[in-house]
Amino acid sequence: MATIQVTEGNEPHPDVALVASAVAGDVHAFEKLISKYDRQIFRIAQHITQNREDAEDVMQDAFLKAYEKLDQFQGNSKFYTWLVRIAVNESLMRLRKRRTGKMVSIDEDIETDEGSVPRDLADWSPNPEQNYSQAELAKILRKTIQGLPPGFRVVFVLRDVDGLSTEETAEMLGLSVPAVKSRLLRARLQLRERLSRYFRSKKAGEK
Amino acid sequence: MLDELIEGSVSAEMRKQLEEHLGGCAHCTVTLNTTRKTIEVYRSNELYALPKSVRDRLHAAIVARCKNGC
Repeated sequence: MATIQVTEGNEPHPDVALVASAVAGDVHAFEKLISKYDRQIFRIAQHITQNREDAEDVMQDAFLKAYEKLDQFQGNSKFYTWLVRIAVNESLMRLRKRRTGKMVSIDEDIETDEGSVPRDLADWSPNPEQNYSQAELAKILRKTIQGLPPGFRVVFVLRDVDGLSTEETAEMLGLSVPAVKSRLLRARLQLRERLSRYFRSKKAGEK
Repeated sequence: MLDELIEGSVSAEMRKQLEEHLGGCAHCTVTLNTTRKTIEVYRSNELYALPKSVRDRLHAAIVARCKNGC
C-alpha cells in the first residue's frame, strides 16, 4: 500500500496520486510520470555514462524497474528522488559493462588528493568556450569528466549539472550530507585542474 | 570555504572577509573564477537532446511491457 507523501505545505505532491493510480493498475498514470521526467532522467544518464546509447537504455530500464518496484516505493521521499536513485544505479551498471566487468561503485577511487591543491593557476575563466567549436568543446568536457572517479562524477552531475540540493543528492546516493559536500568540492577542483590543461594553452585571442 | 563562496551560501560578514582576502590573493581569485567557470561550462553544455522519435519508441516499449505484466 502506498503511503501518503506530504510536502512542506501539507499538500500531497501531485506525483502521489499518479503513483497510487499506477500501483492500482493504471498504466496511463505511470505514462504521465514518464512524460514528466524522461528528459531529466535521460540528461542525468548521459552525463554519468557519457554515452548516448547507454543513456537511452538507462532511461528505459530505470522506468521499467521503477514500475516493477512501484509497490515498494515508500512515500517518505519524492518519486523523482527515488527514480533518480534507480537511474544512477543503472548508469553505474552501464559504466561497469563498458569497462569489461570491472566494478564501478560510488565508493570507488575516491581516496585521491588530485586537484585538492590547485596547481594550475592560469586564469582562463572569462570565455574559454569561444576558442572552440561546440563539438571540440563537447569532446574536451567529455574526456575530462570521464577521468573523474564515478563517485565524484555522480555527485557533480546531480549537484552542479542537474541543480539538485545537497540534501536531495545525499538521499539519492545514500551518502551523508558532509560526504556529498566533500566529494563535490573535490570533483570541482579535479575538473578545474584538468580543464586548465586545455584552456590555459588556448586563451582568448590565441587561436 | 571555496564551495560555500561558489554557491553564495556564506554569511554577509564572512563574504566581506573572504572578498577582502581575495582582493589581495591572485591564487584564490583564479581558483574561484576558474572553478565557477568549470561548473558553468558543464551546466551549459547541452548534450544530445532526446528526439521525439526515440522518446515515442521508448514510451511505446515501456507501456507495452508494462501491459504484459512487467
